[in-house]
Amino acid sequence: MTDLLYSEEEEALRSAVRDLLADRCDAPAVLARVETGTPHDRELWKALGEGMGLAGLLVPEELGGQGATHREAAVVLEELGRAVAPVPYLTSAVVATEALLACEGPEAAELLGALAAGRTVGALAVSLAAAPGAPFKGVRHEGGALHGELTGIADAVGADVLLVPVAGSDGADGGLYAVDTAQDGVTVTPRTSLDLTRPLATVTFDAARARALTPDAETAVRRALRAGAALLASEQLGIAEWCLTETVRYVKERHQFNRPIGSFQALKHRLAQLWLEVVNTRAAARHAADALATGGDEPHLAAALAQAYAAPVAVRAAEEAVQLHGGIGMTWEHPVHLYLKRAKADAIAYGTAGAHREALAGLVALPAP
Amino acid sequence: MTDAAELRTRTSEFLAAHPPASTDRADFLKARFDAGLAWVHYPEGLGGLGAPRSLQAVVDAELEAAGAPDNDPRRIGIGLGMAAPTVLGFGTEEQKRRFLRPLWTGEEVWCQLFSEPGAGSDLAALGTRAVRDEASGDWIVNGQKVWTSSAHSARWAILIARTDPEQPKHRGITYFVCDMTDPGVEVRPLRQITGEAEFNEVFLTDVRIPDAHRLGAVGEGWKVAQTTLMNERVSIGGMRIPREGGMIGPVAKAWRERPELRTHDLHQRLMKLWVDAEVARLTGERLRQQLVAGQPGPEGSGMKLGFARLNQEISGLEVELRGEEGLLYDDWTMRRPELVDFTGRDAGYRYLRSKGNSIEGGTSEVLLNIVAERVLGLPSEPRTDKDVAWKDLAR
Repeated sequence: MTDLLYSEEEEALRSAVRDLLADRCDAPAVLARVETGTPHDRELWKALGEGMGLAGLLVPEELGGQGATHREAAVVLEELGRAVAPVPYLTSAVVATEALLACEGPEAAELLGALAAGRTVGALAVSLAAAPGAPFKGVRHEGGALHGELTGIADAVGADVLLVPVAGSDGADGGLYAVDTAQDGVTVTPRTSLDLTRPLATVTFDAARARALTPDAETAVRRALRAGAALLASEQLGIAEWCLTETVRYVKERHQFNRPIGSFQALKHRLAQLWLEVVNTRAAARHAADALATGGDEPHLAAALAQAYAAPVAVRAAEEAVQLHGGIGMTWEHPVHLYLKRAKADAIAYGTAGAHREALAGLVALPAP
Repeated sequence: MTDAAELRTRTSEFLAAHPPASTDRADFLKARFDAGLAWVHYPEGLGGLGAPRSLQAVVDAELEAAGAPDNDPRRIGIGLGMAAPTVLGFGTEEQKRRFLRPLWTGEEVWCQLFSEPGAGSDLAALGTRAVRDEASGDWIVNGQKVWTSSAHSARWAILIARTDPEQPKHRGITYFVCDMTDPGVEVRPLRQITGEAEFNEVFLTDVRIPDAHRLGAVGEGWKVAQTTLMNERVSIGGMRIPREGGMIGPVAKAWRERPELRTHDLHQRLMKLWVDAEVARLTGERLRQQLVAGQPGPEGSGMKLGFARLNQEISGLEVELRGEEGLLYDDWTMRRPELVDFTGRDAGYRYLRSKGNSIEGGTSEVLLNIVAERVLGLPSEPRTDKDVAWKDLAR
């Protein structure tokens, strides 16, 4: 059985991340940034990635990383979710890093070192909506350069390097390539995104120079998306926890009909129900993180289970938070909408709950008719 | 005497002196109680050794390995789980010596006379009256109790009754041990929607209880009852269950074995419930790991709520899945089962029986209030009955 608790070291890591975020990433700061041209907080990323060394948690020490596991990365994501922090941690330090870990050779090793150091930001050029088992698009590789367009790429704005799958002729796997974004052949066009803190972009390659990472893009992408799905559950836990905690605080303070609205049973029951779901989400998220870290207890199953459960809980928590905050919850000024947008986008990211239930049906031999 | 090795030695010495194969079951259990190996966390002389509760597992493992008989804990759950801790906590020395040994050995079965037709969720509003007979000092009890399991086989009952109707409801209650063989005690089976009768109604007519059978002070019964009720909820979370170990098991089995029953709609619902059941199992496992690590959290208070809903939804799906077969029911015969298995019998039984899961042991609505107030710290609803004498309450 997986270890579902937090170790003392993990709790210490949590406190350190939480303290930093409390200092550097409060709600007004996040809100002020979302409509500027730089959606990511590069200073915060520097402090987290470089300063605290969190960008390299999943990278082995010999490649310049921390040699930690998914358990620690999950704790970081809980805190980042709680702060709805605009940093490319999930996309660069988890998903792109996992893709590179599936590649062999000096090119991948060097990039891993750069990502682990936090100075280089990477993004996997696969749609954020792609589930771990679903087909994904690739670009053409012609005349030693890449050509084509990919959509739905999270955190591509601000990424220094893109990991780009290439589609061979007849849909064959054309391998995975590293493409520096700072070159003439690459255009990153930001899209107006539902989630203001994890924006999407369309990337266009027009004879872009690329370095081959592996001929087997399929394996690298699957591994990356699976880790993304599994650890996203911890981010969703953080989102749900923030929504519950803030809403509980609010309904204790807000008075109507001469009593705190939190004394009305109609509201208490909804919040108690939400608490139960948050408790369950924690077990599912810890299970997924531990299964990935140890390779035990069927990591595929654990990841699909965690996403199938956590995604709807985070959305419900955010929707309940908006409703129970009443009018103030509908204002741009109050940060709850950032959580709603993140939660709803997360429900699509790395596959919907439905896609994960479908995957589970295959894994546990409960086939559709 | 708190060390696992010492306990192991003590247990093997006990087994050598009372070989399970050649010792009468009842004698074996009595001797085990007298050796302090019944519940090691109880005091010496009362079946225990004053050892940490966690060490009981050491004794149980040794005894089980030796093929020793147990006290059939499921049959005497009310006595072990509720009556015993209350007697231990509030009983006089004489009461502890009289009641605990036969309670533990199963020689005397206990039941609980708490709920009444007019006092369910609002248990403190109970109306069964106990009036002091000044001449003898005995208490004369009149009233009606309900949802009493084992009442028909019980020798004793833990009983709460109103001794002072002039006081607000929580203050005028006293806690007693009631002799179920008293001629004023009438037990009638209470038939449920499943067709069988797990529970009873108990009518109390001029039942005489000696003052020596009072537990705790007069008027302090509510406080004493809290011990009983806390112990009712404490036992959850200790058991490890395998994947598909609960109510989802039979549905998953039917799905796999009967392809002709499958539809797309049922598949969507089945997978949602499968996910919920598996996550609930992980939550139980996480709770267990917390307890083992000595970090108990408030998570336990939610387990029953989650399982009640899951059992109901899963069994409801199963009845539907079975189609025409779901229109049938195995047996409506009125029976009085000794033990109850929520996952036993057929889908129809599971569906009907699980309706009680959100009522028994605290309704889901009351439990949600408890989570909201004790875990989330939300304010309670305004109370209008706190300072009103019981006799003036609306009923």
